[in-house]
This record gives sequence, C-alpha cells and structure tokens, in this order.
Amino acid sequence: MSIAYSNEELLAVTASREMVGVNTIFAGVGIPLLAALLAKQTHLPGLTIVVEGGSIGPEVLPGYLPISTNEMRISHRAQQLVGITDIFLLTQRGFLEVGFIGGAQIDRYGNVNTTVIGPYDKPKVRLPGSGGANDIASLCRELIIVTKHEPRRFVPKVDFVTSPGFLEGGSSRRDAGLIFGGVSRVITDLAIMGFDEASKAMQLEYLHPGVALEQVVENTGFDLLMPEEIPVTEPPTAEELEHLRRIDIDRRFL
Amino acid sequence: MLEEETLKTGDFVEARRRLKEKSLAATEKLTTLAEAARLVEDGDHIAIGGCMFTRTPLALLMEILRQGQTDLTLSKNLMCYEGEWYMAAGRANTIITSWLGIGLPWGISRIMRENAEGGNPAVHYENLSHMALGLRYRAGAMGLPFLPTLTMLGSDLMSIAEAKTMTCPFTGETLCLVPALFPDVALIHVHRADRFGNCQVDGYPFMDADVAAASTRVLVTAEEIVSEDEIRRYPERTLIPGFMVDALVEAPYGSFPHEMHGLYRADYSHFDDYVDDIREKGTGAIGDYLDHYVFGVANHEEYMALFDGEKIVELVDEARMLVEIE
Repeated sequence: MSIAYSNEELLAVTASREMVGVNTIFAGVGIPLLAALLAKQTHLPGLTIVVEGGSIGPEVLPGYLPISTNEMRISHRAQQLVGITDIFLLTQRGFLEVGFIGGAQIDRYGNVNTTVIGPYDKPKVRLPGSGGANDIASLCRELIIVTKHEPRRFVPKVDFVTSPGFLEGGSSRRDAGLIFGGVSRVITDLAIMGFDEASKAMQLEYLHPGVALEQVVENTGFDLLMPEEIPVTEPPTAEELEHLRRIDIDRRFL
Repeated sequence: MLEEETLKTGDFVEARRRLKEKSLAATEKLTTLAEAARLVEDGDHIAIGGCMFTRTPLALLMEILRQGQTDLTLSKNLMCYEGEWYMAAGRANTIITSWLGIGLPWGISRIMRENAEGGNPAVHYENLSHMALGLRYRAGAMGLPFLPTLTMLGSDLMSIAEAKTMTCPFTGETLCLVPALFPDVALIHVHRADRFGNCQVDGYPFMDADVAAASTRVLVTAEEIVSEDEIRRYPERTLIPGFMVDALVEAPYGSFPHEMHGLYRADYSHFDDYVDDIREKGTGAIGDYLDHYVFGVANHEEYMALFDGEKIVELVDEARMLVEIE
C-alpha cells in the first residue's frame, strides 16, 4: 500500500537514503538540511551535521525548523559554534565528507547556477548568489545536489557557474585546481542521476516510482546518458514521512 | 578623516598607517547612538557584522539612514533586507556580499532584481562566495594583502569577484587568491560589553572579530553594559577587545526584529509582512517601510514602541527555550 507524499517529501526522503555510511555532512538550508536531519533520525544516528553559520552537530527541536543556516534554531544543543570562515576552513582541510545543496539551474556536468538567468551584465532573472554553495561544492569530498526536475532547470550549459560540478567534463575540474570532490548524485522529484566516470556527463541511474522514462527525457534540456538497466527507487515509508513532517511542522519547505 | 581616498585593493601598508590615526587608549567608549553614527562619513565602506537575520546591528543601520550619509559601500557575508533599505533610500552605491535576500521562503530580493535586470548603474554588486568574503576580512584582520584558498576555482565567480589565481610555489597546484578588505567602519551588535568596549557575544561568532580587526573604525551596540569584572570573569568569551572600539552604545533589542542568541528569536511574521507588501505594491513599499520604522521615529526607543509587546515576549521565550539544555 502506498502513502500519498509531496514532491518535496520524495526529494528529502530519497536524499536522506543516499547518505550511506556518512559521518560528516555540510548541509544547505531547505531540503538538504531536512534530508540530513531525517537521515540522522532514521539510519545515521552518528551523523554530524554542519551548517554554514558555524554550527557543528546541532539538533533541531520538532516544530522549530530553522529557515536560515545562521540562526539560533540550528544551534540548539550544538557541540561547537565556530566562525563562518573557520567552518569553511575545516571543509577546505577535508573534514566534510558530503556537501549537500539545492540549485536553480544545473547542467550536464553538474554545474549549478544561483546567480543569474541570462547574461551577467543584463540578466533576465537576478538570483540571490552563491552564499556558501560554491564553497561547499568546491571543498567537500563529494557533493549531492537536490532540485526539481524541470526543463528550465536542466539545461545543456548553465548561464553562470556559481557552484562548480565537473565544469567542462573530463579532467577540467581537476585542471582548474579543484583537486578534490565533485558531484556524486543529483536527486530530483523524478529520478536519481550520477556521472560517467570518464566523461563526467550526467547519467540516469534510478527512476522514482510511477515515473516514466519519457517524463525524465522531456524534463531534461540535454541528453542524459542511459545505462541499460534503470532500477526504480522505493517510495517513502510511513515512518520516514512521519519523521519528516514532524521536523517541518509548519511546512515551510515541504 | 583627512585624505578620503579609497584604498588600493589589498593595500595593507596604507591600512596599517590609518590605524595610527586611531586612538587605542583604554578610555570610556560609551556614547549615544546618534554620536556613534556620526563617525560614519559619506563614501565610507561599512562592514556589517552578524549574518543574515542574526545579530544584525539594526539600531546603528537605522540611525545612519536617519542621519543621511551617502555614497556608501556596504559589505556583509549574507545580506538581509538592510541592503534593500540602503539601495531604496539611494544611500549605497556598492554592495559586497555572497547572497542578498531574507531567506529561501521569502523569495528573491525584488529591488536587487530590478536594479540588476534593468541595468541600473546606480548600484554595483560585488559577488563572491561566502568563504571568499570571510577570507577577505580575515586577510584584512591579519594585516596581509591577500590569502590563498581552494574555493571559487573554476567557477564564473572568478571572473566577477576580485580574485586571481597563482601557481603554488611549493606544490605547483593552482590556488585562488582573494585580496584583503579594509573597511572604513565596522558595525557590530553584541550581547554585552563593559564601558571600555570589551565585547562578548553568546552563540555564533560569525565573522565579527575579523570584521572589527580589519576596519579602521569600530562602532558597537550592546544589549547590555556590564561591569569590568563580569568581562574579566570569562575573558575567553571576549570577541573584540576594547582598544579596537571607537564608540559603544547601550541598545537593548538593538537587532530586533532580527535575532539575538538566547535573548530573542527573529520575528518571521515581520519578514512575511515586509515581503508581502513589496509583492503587492512593488519596491516603493520599502520606502513606506522606512518612513514608518526609520524616518518616522526619532530614535531606537520610539522604534521599539512600534512593536507588539506580547509578540516580543513570545520571541524572548523561544530564544530562552532554545538555549536550555535539560
């Protein structure tokens, strides 16, 4: 029997399951933080969550979900509060296994744009900017991106590389000086994508329950690599949804 | 200040010389909000402490708006709506930040969109990553011209931010270099300070210690002025030493409706109303907001009287609850 769930809930649950054997995670606000909190409450009790404001190992009281990663609600019962520059320096040193961000626009090499749609000097839409997303994408050992699956978001080439994925593919990320990291997964409300080992182009890996392959193709503005077999993910369980809904009681993000 | 010339990028020599004009005497720093704000001059680069809607020095930011200093540069790690105010009032011509907006649920800043999309030459944005801005303040705080980092490499931020690459002379790897920022004035809001300006905060330190050390002048508001003994009892909690501070003002709720760790939580519903008004009436609503909350009152006390006491009690209760460990 399946339970009704929203796209955001599917995203958060799927993302939380992708964190297997993870000890330290740098989570952005919104779905990434929700997914990290859910993972900690379900299969990863030992997970240390780190957020941009400088909070290490905070807990979140049910009903008190933070809206920014710099406020008191996400310093509750923290193990340490450090300066913002210092939290990123820890990341640059290599202590953060997974970085976890959202994004407005993403391309076939996993580059993310949260700066401008259109040309930088005369944009069609001006977006808020990088915040810490560029730093998380540059410095964590690996990066997971969550976003809605729409053609306007999945473009062949982002208008502006705010947060680096594999840049132009191949070894270009490494060549630019980003010796570490790269995108391991892109999770959407339709599917889970990974990247080809050599070309670093995005490939489809899983479909979500009830999603047809054509739906993914129609909503992706470039050709995804297609492996021969594309398994289907498990739908969110009642337990996962219950945890999630307790974390975001006001449904600011769900 | 004499010679109001802008520093050349990363000019640590000139920045150090400017410090020699500043009094480092351990004297009483207590003054009024109006007197403190008068230390801000037209054309200054103002670095704002706190982050997003936490520990924002709003009382000072509002007083500076009342006084009318202009041609300002504002820098802050994540800029909340104070950046919108200074743009709407025509007081800032440059905004240096990694992010501008209130927060995800409140959408994108409308005035930033209008300025950028309409190609408004009156406001220049300098965008960079959160860490890169932090390192620019830190380089300033260290008295160095720049710092190397691995962040921003390969991204398009390299082409719009003040940053360069170099080959590491030791390892041969590519490094990103970000130049120091030496702001003219730092605005910082803290939990407590003694009358000599020794400042302590609870909760997140953010970038405030670096911002203060990098800046030529430091203006502080404190929720509470405490005795010297209280500071000396836990000296490890002191974030900014008194000799850096040029003016200190007692300002209870000096960050309200933004939040203070353990004292009061941010008033999200106030943000909802602010954004709803702009959605409904356009960016002119920012001017209406300022007329009501900033220009329509004479001082911080009158400003606080505009808020509902019962609501404040709720926010205080939540803040206390969040820092309790059972």
